[in-house]
Amino acid sequence: MELILEQMPIVIHSLNVGFLQTLKLFFITLIGAFPLGLVIAFGSMSPPLKYLTRTFVWVIRGTPLMIQLLIFYYFPGLVLGNPIWGGGESGRLAAASVSFIINYACYFSEIYRGGIQGIPVGQQEAGLVLGMTRGQIFRHVTLLQMIKAIVPPMSNEIITLVKDTSLSRIIALQEIIWAGQAFLKSSQGISGAIWPLFFTAIYYLIFTGLLTILLGKLEKKLSYFH
Amino acid sequence: MAFLEVSHIRKSFGNTPVLQGIDFTLEKGQVLSLIGSSGSGKTTLLRSMNYLEIPQEGTVSLNGEILFDYDHPAALRDEELRQKRLHFGMVFQSFNLFPQYNVLDNCTLAMDLLAKDQAKAARQRFDQAAVHKANQEVAKGILDRVGLSTKLANYPCELSGGQCQRVAIARALCMKPDILCFDEPTSALDPELTGEVLKVIKSLKNKDTTMVIVTHEMEFARNVSDKVIFMADGVIEEEGTPEEVFGNPKSPKTKSFLAKSLESI
Ligand SMILES: Nc1ncnc2c1ncn2[C@@H]1O[C@H](COP(=O)(O)OP(=O)(O)O)[C@@H](O)[C@H]1O
Ligand SMILES: [Mg+2]
Repeated sequence: MELILEQMPIVIHSLNVGFLQTLKLFFITLIGAFPLGLVIAFGSMSPPLKYLTRTFVWVIRGTPLMIQLLIFYYFPGLVLGNPIWGGGESGRLAAASVSFIINYACYFSEIYRGGIQGIPVGQQEAGLVLGMTRGQIFRHVTLLQMIKAIVPPMSNEIITLVKDTSLSRIIALQEIIWAGQAFLKSSQGISGAIWPLFFTAIYYLIFTGLLTILLGKLEKKLSYFH
Repeated sequence: MAFLEVSHIRKSFGNTPVLQGIDFTLEKGQVLSLIGSSGSGKTTLLRSMNYLEIPQEGTVSLNGEILFDYDHPAALRDEELRQKRLHFGMVFQSFNLFPQYNVLDNCTLAMDLLAKDQAKAARQRFDQAAVHKANQEVAKGILDRVGLSTKLANYPCELSGGQCQRVAIARALCMKPDILCFDEPTSALDPELTGEVLKVIKSLKNKDTTMVIVTHEMEFARNVSDKVIFMADGVIEEEGTPEEVFGNPKSPKTKSFLAKSLESI
C-alpha cells in the first residue's frame, strides 16, 4: 500500500497524458462522425445510392472495429507499399481517427435514419397546408422532433465510444490503456505493477458518469413534449 | 361562375383509378359534406384540391381563377404554390399539431413566418416583435371562439383529442383561408368528444366561411350542410341538398350506404 502511494504521482501523471490522447480520439470521432453519419443517412435513403450505402454500413457494422483499425493502419504501408500514416504517434492518431469516424458514422447514420423516418408525414403536410416552405418546416417543425428522437440512442453510442477508444491500443496509440500497461513491464522506475492498468477504469467511470449526467439533462430538457 | 369549381379530376395510384372524373361547384359561404364508404376517394379528392396530391387530370378554380391546372402540369415556384395553397385550410383526422409548441405558438408559427417572408418580398421593414404580438392577438381571438382561451400555454400532449382538434381548427383559421377543408375531423376521437368538435365546426358556419367536410357523422352532415355529395368508387354517385340526399336518395348505392350508416348507430 505504501508502495502504491509512492508510485501514485508518477502513475497519475502518465495516465493523465494517456487520457488526453483518449479524449482527443473521442472528440475527433464525434466531430467527424456527426456530419458524416448524416451524409450516410441521406445516402441510405436516396434510391440510386441506397444499396451501395447500405452494403457499406452492413460491412462496417458487421466486422469488429479492432480489425478495421488494423486494416486502416497497416493496409496502406504493408500491402500497398505506401505508408500514408507515417511512423509516430500522430500517424497512429490519424489512422485511429479515420477508422473510428467511419465506424461510428455508420452507427449514427442508422440512428439518424430512424429519427428522420420516424416523424409522421402529417407534420410535413400540416406545415405545407399552413403555407410553410420545406426549409421552414425542417427548421421549425421536424428538426427538434428528430433531435428528441435520437438523443437516447445517440447517448448510448457516445458512452460506448468512450470505452471503444481503448481498442486503439491494438495499433499502439498511446492512450490511457497503453499508458497504464507500460508499468507492467517497466517505466519510469516502476516495474511489474498491474494496479495502474486497473486504475484506468476510474478515468472511464468518471468521464462516462459526466457524459451520462450531461446527456440526461439534454433528454430531460426535451421531455416537455411528446 | 361559382366560387369554387372542381372539374374533371382524375387520379390513379399506379394502375388503380381512385378518382374517375370528379366535378362539383360550391358557392361562397356554403357548406359541402362529402360522404361515402371508406376507400371511395374522399381523402384523395380533398388532398387534390390543395396540391397535397397531384391528379393526372382536372382543374381547381377559385373565383374564376384557375389555381391548379393538372391538365397542363407546370412546375410551380415554391412561393406561387404557397400562395395558392393558402386559399385552403386543412384540418386532418389526426390533428397533426406541432408537439413542441404550445397552443398559441401552434397558431402563430405559420402566421409569423408568412408575415416575415411577405415583408421581405415587399422590401419592407419587419418588426418581428410587433408582428408576433399582433398575430398573437388574432390567434387568441380565434382560440377564444373555439373555446380554448384557458389553454393557450398548454402543449398538445396535455390536451384531450377534442381540444387538440379544436386547436387544429383554430390554427387553420388563423391563415384566413377562403375554404376550410376537414378530413373526418372526429374519426380519431372518443365518441364523447365528437360533440364539442362538431359544435365548433357548426359555429363557424356563416356567409363568409366556405367549408368542405368529409364526415361519417350523418346527423351532423344533414344539419350543417347546404350541399351533400355521396361518393362511391371514385365517382360522384349522387349529389344534392341534404333533404334530397338523405331524405330521398335516388341511387341504390346511396340507399344502401345510408341504411348501413344508420344500422351502425
Ligand atoms: N398514397 C396512396 N398510394 C396508393 N393508394 C392509395 C394512396 N392513397 C389512397 N390510396 C387508395 O385510394 C383509394 C381511396 O382512398 P381515400 O381517398 O383515402 O378514400 P377515403 O378517404 O374515401 O376512405 C383507396 O383504395 C386507397 O387504398
Ligand atoms: Mg379518408
